[in-house]
Amino acid sequence: MTDIKDNTLKAGQETAGQEAAKAAEKPAAQPVAAAAEKPAAAEKPAAAARPAAPRPAAAPAAPAAPAKNQIEPKNVAPAELRAEMERLKNEEKMDFLENLVGMDWGEEGLGVIYQLESTTTGKRAELKSVTADRENPMLPSVSDLWDIANIYEREVFDFFGIKFTGHPDMRRIFLREDWVGYPMRKDDEAEKNNPLRMTNEPLADVTESLTLNADGTVTKTENRIFEDGEYVVNIGPQHPSTHGVLHFRVSLEGERIKKIDPILGYIHRGVEKISEQMTYPQTLALTDRLDYLGAMQNRHALCMCIEQAMGVEVSDRVKVIRTIMDELQRIDSHILFFSCLCQDLGATTAFLYGFRDREKILDIFEETCGGRLILNYNTIGGVMADLHPNFQKRVSEFIPYMRKNLQEYHDIFTGNVIFQNRSKGVGVLTKEQCISFGCTGGTGRAAGWHNDVRKLHPYAAYDKVEFNEVTRTEGDSFARYMIRMDEILESLHIIEQLIDNIPEGNFQEKMKPIIKVPAGTYYSAVEGSRGKFGVLLESNGDKSPYRLHYRSTGLPLVAVMDTACRNSMIADLITIGGTVDYVVPDIDR
Amino acid sequence: MFNFNIVSSWIHGLLTGVMPEWAAILIESIVVALVIITLYAIFAILLIYMERKICAFFQCRLGPMRVGPYGTIQVLSDVLKMMTKEVINLRQTDHFLHNMAPFLVVTASMVTFACLPWNAGAQIIDFNVGVFFFLAISSLGVVGILLAGWSSNNKYSLIGAMRSGAQIISYELSIGMTMLTMICLTGTMSFSEICAQQATEGWNIFRGHLPAVIAFLIYLVAGNAECNRGPFDLPESESELTAGYHTEYSGMHFGYYYLAEYLNLFICAGMASTIFLGGWAPLHIAGLDGFNMVMDYIPGAVWFIGKTFFVVFLLMWLRWTFPRLRIDQILSLEWKYLVPISMINLILMALIVSFGLHF
Amino acid sequence: MKRPKIKSIPYEEFKDNETFEKLVGELNAKGTNVIVRTLDELIDWGRSNSLWPLTFATSCCGIEFMAVCAARYDIARFGFEVTRNSPRQADVILVSGTITTKMAPVLKRLYDQMADPKYVVAIGGCAISGGPFTKSYHVVKGVDNVIPVDVYVPGCPPRPESFLYGMMQLQRKVKVENFFGTTNRKQKDPYREQMAQISEELYQEEEQA
Repeated sequence: MTDIKDNTLKAGQETAGQEAAKAAEKPAAQPVAAAAEKPAAAEKPAAAARPAAPRPAAAPAAPAAPAKNQIEPKNVAPAELRAEMERLKNEEKMDFLENLVGMDWGEEGLGVIYQLESTTTGKRAELKSVTADRENPMLPSVSDLWDIANIYEREVFDFFGIKFTGHPDMRRIFLREDWVGYPMRKDDEAEKNNPLRMTNEPLADVTESLTLNADGTVTKTENRIFEDGEYVVNIGPQHPSTHGVLHFRVSLEGERIKKIDPILGYIHRGVEKISEQMTYPQTLALTDRLDYLGAMQNRHALCMCIEQAMGVEVSDRVKVIRTIMDELQRIDSHILFFSCLCQDLGATTAFLYGFRDREKILDIFEETCGGRLILNYNTIGGVMADLHPNFQKRVSEFIPYMRKNLQEYHDIFTGNVIFQNRSKGVGVLTKEQCISFGCTGGTGRAAGWHNDVRKLHPYAAYDKVEFNEVTRTEGDSFARYMIRMDEILESLHIIEQLIDNIPEGNFQEKMKPIIKVPAGTYYSAVEGSRGKFGVLLESNGDKSPYRLHYRSTGLPLVAVMDTACRNSMIADLITIGGTVDYVVPDIDR
Repeated sequence: MFNFNIVSSWIHGLLTGVMPEWAAILIESIVVALVIITLYAIFAILLIYMERKICAFFQCRLGPMRVGPYGTIQVLSDVLKMMTKEVINLRQTDHFLHNMAPFLVVTASMVTFACLPWNAGAQIIDFNVGVFFFLAISSLGVVGILLAGWSSNNKYSLIGAMRSGAQIISYELSIGMTMLTMICLTGTMSFSEICAQQATEGWNIFRGHLPAVIAFLIYLVAGNAECNRGPFDLPESESELTAGYHTEYSGMHFGYYYLAEYLNLFICAGMASTIFLGGWAPLHIAGLDGFNMVMDYIPGAVWFIGKTFFVVFLLMWLRWTFPRLRIDQILSLEWKYLVPISMINLILMALIVSFGLHF
Repeated sequence: MKRPKIKSIPYEEFKDNETFEKLVGELNAKGTNVIVRTLDELIDWGRSNSLWPLTFATSCCGIEFMAVCAARYDIARFGFEVTRNSPRQADVILVSGTITTKMAPVLKRLYDQMADPKYVVAIGGCAISGGPFTKSYHVVKGVDNVIPVDVYVPGCPPRPESFLYGMMQLQRKVKVENFFGTTNRKQKDPYREQMAQISEELYQEEEQA
């Protein structure tokens, strides 16, 4: 076998063997098939070349007033953090922990930014806590106040090495358990310390938790994840229904699920870290590859964050184009959700019906953006290219077509008695659980939590259109499914209102050749295909971000799996996983 | 109708003319065995091609197109590939059981395949308790599946095999019950007599009217479950257990499971057509003598295969439309609905037969 | 139209498939025994037309692979639609998506679990070289660092047409294989011995444990 593999014939244009591919490296290997596709490295010259070069004066000056998305976190000392958080949770009813971002402020020390929101009053609070100890940094855990903090704190521990006292399960979550160092620290040499290990990853059954005593000492206690006699089945990392490479260790009692331990990071690419070495236009390219079914919305969020931070106002035309594109992307994503759910539940035919209609949207995207899946359309200050002349016609044709075919989905799948029996009452999540776990998007709305960013904090052209926020109260898999189906209709309705009156204007504002964001911390969020997608940008006025954090829409959805699946059957795990609708590259970033 | 007995007794006479009877029977057995194996392979290839094409048409696709005209010899290339593929022997498994399991499955399905009445007189295994024999042999297959799951030393396989065991053993009850219902009507357990009776008195599904139709429907559901096909394909449910009980099998060993899956479908459909739809008996409508004459000219084998493929198509239609059931739903469907219904149905049929209310 | 500049193949040759077919013919015409060659051709024909892919996708390219399986591009036309979830039964692993250092041992194990003959297609920039994530600390720079690759399909993600073209190239590659024929059976496979040794060691360890 081996000698045959040597005379390599290659697809595309490479024939010379493996050396050729390696010599060609990334830029040469990429742009053949998707001509309009621009990899990260190619982005820089394109972005730099676009604005007429000698016009720096025309670019908007740095605004005097703080940008509207700037946040100023209140600094709380680690010792007082716990009391302050309890006060916010219990007295001010801040029940939604939106973000928990680890930070390395260099001299100042390591720390965490907390973003809280009250779902009843809509009030927001931002806090930060810094510890100067770089050797053994410790902060109090809030994982008992908000369920989602459990996973967020493990993420911070994984990347920054901050240990949270009182956290029940201080293990790495994305990186291998034998990983050396904490890669997101500014002084860490991740690649040098961690050569490619081809040994199987050790998975611990024992985890430790730290408790801070009154006298300042720390005691370690051991917690067992799985007992010795438990029947633990690994679902993933290579498994057809995990929608990518996700790993659940599932403890079974017959067919019933006793416990789920998610292991993430099989597609962790360190997007946040590589963004720190890139210029702002370059970072855009990576957002499309986070949640590839929300490529438009992710990029929209980052562009909007940078634009607002710089005080750039995009034209109405751009706002409307972005809104239409976001909604098309949402339909695309929801159709794919339908298809994959059908596939997972064994209804293969319905899967293909979904894909048939999805191709129509991809055609529309392809004409304007040039790409099918990774679109690279939004830019800082506008969009990459103006709409294709066929765009309006195609979209207007698509709307009635999709309405008709949605009925077909209901006929073939929704009404099916098997599907209804498998989804109704399965994986029920209450509103409180959804809020505590931060499950935004369709999953939260299925439990009755009004969390649509488009309604709560309208952006782009969403304040000009009329649409309903679809919510249900059951919180089970069927409700989550129906939410998405109904959202397709709402999205069509939004597009219908905008498509015939796209205002004239520039599709791209004139920007400086080198984009610099004024120093500060900024946060913008959009309603992604499967929840609130937020971008937290910390800048120190340089041409590349100091820290760029994406609020993943999928991470809370994976965190909630254990709660949702307890005492369900293996088959329900598939249903629940399908209906909460996570995309793994978005979780792992 | 042409009776195949004429041919077989002629051959038998010819052979006994030149050799002692035991030698003649030996030669006949070998020939028959070869014929079964060939037919088995041919039908498997036909069914796989049919399934791939039919599912493609249900899904607005074309299906295999490149290998041969309209992809007709696609499956042949799959078979060639499978035969030259490595068979992996796993460490820390019971090699003997692991290698035996696929043969058990394929043997069970071949022997049941031999029970099918292809034409008047053209039946390989035929004796007075044929139905009984069929049920007994077909339940051998589940042993192969259980062994596969047990000997693979793989958790997915084990769960798949356990599911399969629970499912097949449960649904055998319904199959037995529906067959009993029909035996109640026919009064014989021999397949050849059942068919011969239907050729003269009309198809059982018409003769037995209401209970026969109910039995037919229950048989279709239970038969589909017996074949482990969607919506009852839990033991190998891809999205949960990767490939279920045959996760660890590669090469031709996996090929046997693949073949057996399709042939079991054919056998299930063949039994349905034998017991309910008259087997090789042509369609007769009382009073239309001309029509009946024409129907008689069509050979019995064509009738049998035609009816069987019709039922196969029905089952494929089901498979490509419905999502998969959950294990507790499958079992409750059987124990809470199908078994009680078929019991009542049996009593109904007994009453109908004893009062002579059938046609 | 601007012609892409490709280093090793002239554009005209790239466009027509005959060159490749001719190349396949040349590689096969090495004066083997007629009977053996005919049998080989038969087996190669079977293998090349029945490449069952393993359902393996890590990121974006996986979605495009689903699109290839769906109605418009319909990979079933080539007979490749029988996607197997168990690596034991699959013939080709389409590495579609980024392979991270955490995933690399898993991928290697998947490859080892597959039965011979097995093929690898690296799909998309990430699998070829790390793609947009080459600078990352957690990304394998090309899947060929981990497992031997037969065909590279560039793109980010590749269009479905490129997928199909890549699979057709793999078919051609399979067609120059030998099953009975000229493989030097006397020459020992160094990889095999190494593997046997490793597995023996593992076995010993497990015995002791």
